[in-house]
Amino acid sequence: MTDYVIILISTVLVNNFVLVKFLGLCPFMGVSKKLDAALGMGLATTFVLTLSSVMSYLLYTYLLAPFELEYLKTIGFILSIAAVVGFTEMAIHKSSPALYQVLGIYLPLITTNCAVLGVALLNIGEDHNFIESAFYGFGAAIGFTMVMVLFASIRERVDAGDVPMPFKGAPIALITAGLMSLAFMGFGGLV
Amino acid sequence: MSMFAGILIFLGLALAFGLLLGYAAVRFRIEGNPLAEIIDKKLPQTQCGQCGYPGCKPYAEALAKGEAEVNLCIPGGEPTMIEIAEILQVEPKPMQAEATEPKPKMLAVIDEDICIGCVLCIKACPVDAIIGTTKMMHTVIEKECTGCELCVPVCPVDCIDMVMEKPNLKNWKWPEPKAAAERTE
Repeated sequence: MTDYVIILISTVLVNNFVLVKFLGLCPFMGVSKKLDAALGMGLATTFVLTLSSVMSYLLYTYLLAPFELEYLKTIGFILSIAAVVGFTEMAIHKSSPALYQVLGIYLPLITTNCAVLGVALLNIGEDHNFIESAFYGFGAAIGFTMVMVLFASIRERVDAGDVPMPFKGAPIALITAGLMSLAFMGFGGLV
Repeated sequence: MSMFAGILIFLGLALAFGLLLGYAAVRFRIEGNPLAEIIDKKLPQTQCGQCGYPGCKPYAEALAKGEAEVNLCIPGGEPTMIEIAEILQVEPKPMQAEATEPKPKMLAVIDEDICIGCVLCIKACPVDAIIGTTKMMHTVIEKECTGCELCVPVCPVDCIDMVMEKPNLKNWKWPEPKAAAERTE
């Protein structure tokens, strides 16, 4: 049990996928202008990340490894991730049209969100078992969502602030992201 | 051997995912644009056409597609604009100048001596507030008229005037104090 808690803390805080491993930066910059959209994106990614890390594990352990097809793991993972994203997209379109409108182009982009493939590959690299894979994916997603929400909240406030002309828009957002990344370094050595 | 296993496994995977997505496409089928429905409910449904669209529904559809500005609904005014901006997650835009200051409610009145009974204004009225029939004089039901002015331009003999609503027991209110009006601006 302690192992799972450690995995969660490690993925959410210490090895945060966005701010420490620098994966999944596209939605991090793209969908963080509004708090609602950031939260929606985080939840969609949580669903996809958890499901795809479990599916990738099953795919690798029961289909690829027994037939010595490990070299096909990347294409196999991409295939399963794309299917999960396609499913999520349809489900969101049906259940929450407003969220679908806001996420727009970024929803299909979860497919190419490198955090999703990164989690699948790291699971294999670190020899996680089934439950550990699920926790690893879930923790990474919670970390992603948390950072998205924090970053979007900061950006909403920064937008209202008096930013010097050359720093308006993307530059101040990148500086903010850098400072957040520095702050997360403080968690190093926690686990 | 391993090569064929690989081909078979990926064929099987693609087939399974294809079936799953095909099922999901049927299961989560969307009729029309649900976002347009949500916006349509927020609009005042006067069908006045002052936004430049034929009615509230077409305006809602244009909004859902992102083709229209959020600040066009004049009867809805600022509250509606803010609600629409919230649904679409866009920045609220200030209403056009004429829409921000509340206009006194106007009523259409038909000068019954001039009316030739052409029924053009009846067709134009979005709320069916004009009664009358061909070659018979028309008149406006005051209670129904929203003051949208759509009947004014279609009248061939210019017999429709917009007049201030006469105050009665139901719609009379205190005149707004000057100082308060200036503060809120």
